[in-house]
Amino acid sequence: MAAETTSAKVKWGLLDAVVVVFALIPVLWIVSLSFKTTATLTDGNFIPREWTFDNYKLIFQTDQFVRALINSIGIALISTTIAVVLGTMAAYAISRLDFPGKKALVGVSLLIAMFPQVSLVSPLFNIERNLGIFDTWLGLILPYITFALPLAIYTLSAFFKQIPWDLEKAAKMDGATQGEAFRKVIAPLAAPGVFTTAILVFIFCWNDFLFAISLTSTERSRTVPVALSFFTGASQFEDPTGAISAAAVTITIPIILFVLFFQRRIVAGLTSGAVKG
Amino acid sequence: MSEGKRQERRLGWLLCAPAAFVMVAVTAYPILYSIWLSLQRYDLKFPENREFIGLANYATVLSNEYWWTAFGVTMLITVISVAVELVLGMGLALIMHRTIIGRGLVRTSALIPYGIVTVVAAFSWRYAWTPGTGYLANLVSPDGAPLTERASALAIIILAEIWKTTPFMALLLMAGLALVPDDLLKAASMDGASWWQRFTKVMLPVMKPAILVALLFRTLDAFRVFDNIYVLTAGANETSSVSMIAYNNLMKGLNLGIGSTMSVLIFVTVAIIAFIFVKLFGTAAPGSTDEGRR
Repeated sequence: MAAETTSAKVKWGLLDAVVVVFALIPVLWIVSLSFKTTATLTDGNFIPREWTFDNYKLIFQTDQFVRALINSIGIALISTTIAVVLGTMAAYAISRLDFPGKKALVGVSLLIAMFPQVSLVSPLFNIERNLGIFDTWLGLILPYITFALPLAIYTLSAFFKQIPWDLEKAAKMDGATQGEAFRKVIAPLAAPGVFTTAILVFIFCWNDFLFAISLTSTERSRTVPVALSFFTGASQFEDPTGAISAAAVTITIPIILFVLFFQRRIVAGLTSGAVKG
Repeated sequence: MSEGKRQERRLGWLLCAPAAFVMVAVTAYPILYSIWLSLQRYDLKFPENREFIGLANYATVLSNEYWWTAFGVTMLITVISVAVELVLGMGLALIMHRTIIGRGLVRTSALIPYGIVTVVAAFSWRYAWTPGTGYLANLVSPDGAPLTERASALAIIILAEIWKTTPFMALLLMAGLALVPDDLLKAASMDGASWWQRFTKVMLPVMKPAILVALLFRTLDAFRVFDNIYVLTAGANETSSVSMIAYNNLMKGLNLGIGSTMSVLIFVTVAIIAFIFVKLFGTAAPGSTDEGRR
């Protein structure tokens, strides 16, 4: 039996290692490129021979990247906040209240979750130009909220369903008002779910490329993924590989931190909304 | 109807109204507008030539070989990447579900591809396969440039898709695995069922709804492939997806009529795929079963 568990451990250990390597190699490769000097950029080594921070210094000196970073952070934070607030309201109603049209709402948000985003690019391009919100923060925030809402509604209603609502009744029996019962009992229980949803929505907005590249035209509202694809380095003749890598690593750091700290919650959020229904 | 009931209804509508309004305003209205635009000759370079031309744009697009090449490419990428993801994702889900040591580490690393920006991942793959900066470029052939040849470029696009989204598939499948009762597996094992028999006869049937939901979501998602292609090949050598050519017609050609026609065609294709999944395979859409019951 002991031998069996040892061999089982080795087997699982190997499988685990394969998974970790598979998941991390592309990330490590771009990290490695970002620390390489221009001279050693093309040596194909996985570990840089000469380490340098020049690529990072370079991108933070360019307006292009700093501006895009500000746009990305601002747009993602605003979209996340609004989507989570609206999503929480709707999810609360869906999981707690009985009203006609609820099924339709759930159906519509499911449709939107599966919607081909490119189908909206042509009409939104023209509508936003006519409204004067093309190439503005608002022009990106609107589609982000729309596509984040189904995600928010699903994950949150799954979370809300797990909350034992009898606690609220019990608190009221003990003399708390409706508002107090909600604030002191239910809100703290719901907070982790709301927070998890916010992370998922933030990742979604942070990752978007199609809307960002179609609905922006200048640095005014261009986000980092788009800026990366237009990046040409400090001067036109410089090879931008190192700079792009450094910029890529910079925008990956927040996501890696989220994943490291909130791994359990992200898994719970992704799976509960999708499968338990 | 009691006063309380009426109040509950009103509160429900009130709470859902903002979300419903935004979703409908940003999707339904543009789609209708898109259908309207697709029936017109409307090129922003020649705005004075705008006129209603009925279905002529559809004839133009549907008789154009670029459209069908892109359609074929998109289908190929979708079918292969989703099939491979299903197998790998199932393996990964089993590993994450059952692993004895380092479960947290495995789950965390598996989440990184999900969280990382697609464009960043695409750049990493691009540099990896570019001769000079890459560690993979010389692996296949000594002085080849895999991204400049159609077959290998498509393979790399599919690889990038698979790397990025297998974890998502695995997480959805893991949630399905959690629904398989341990007792059932133990009983099957007692009855002498092999691992493979337990997997196909016990686990797969219980997981079927989760698998179908994961497949539906990933298929429709893969059909939208854009970022990877944009960064890896920019659509060169006939590697454009339908999203890519719709984008090009709009942003490079500024042709709203043709761009909208493609938008509508993509929308219809996705609707057909979703319909097939729901009707033929009986996918229980998340939320359609007991959603709305307290």
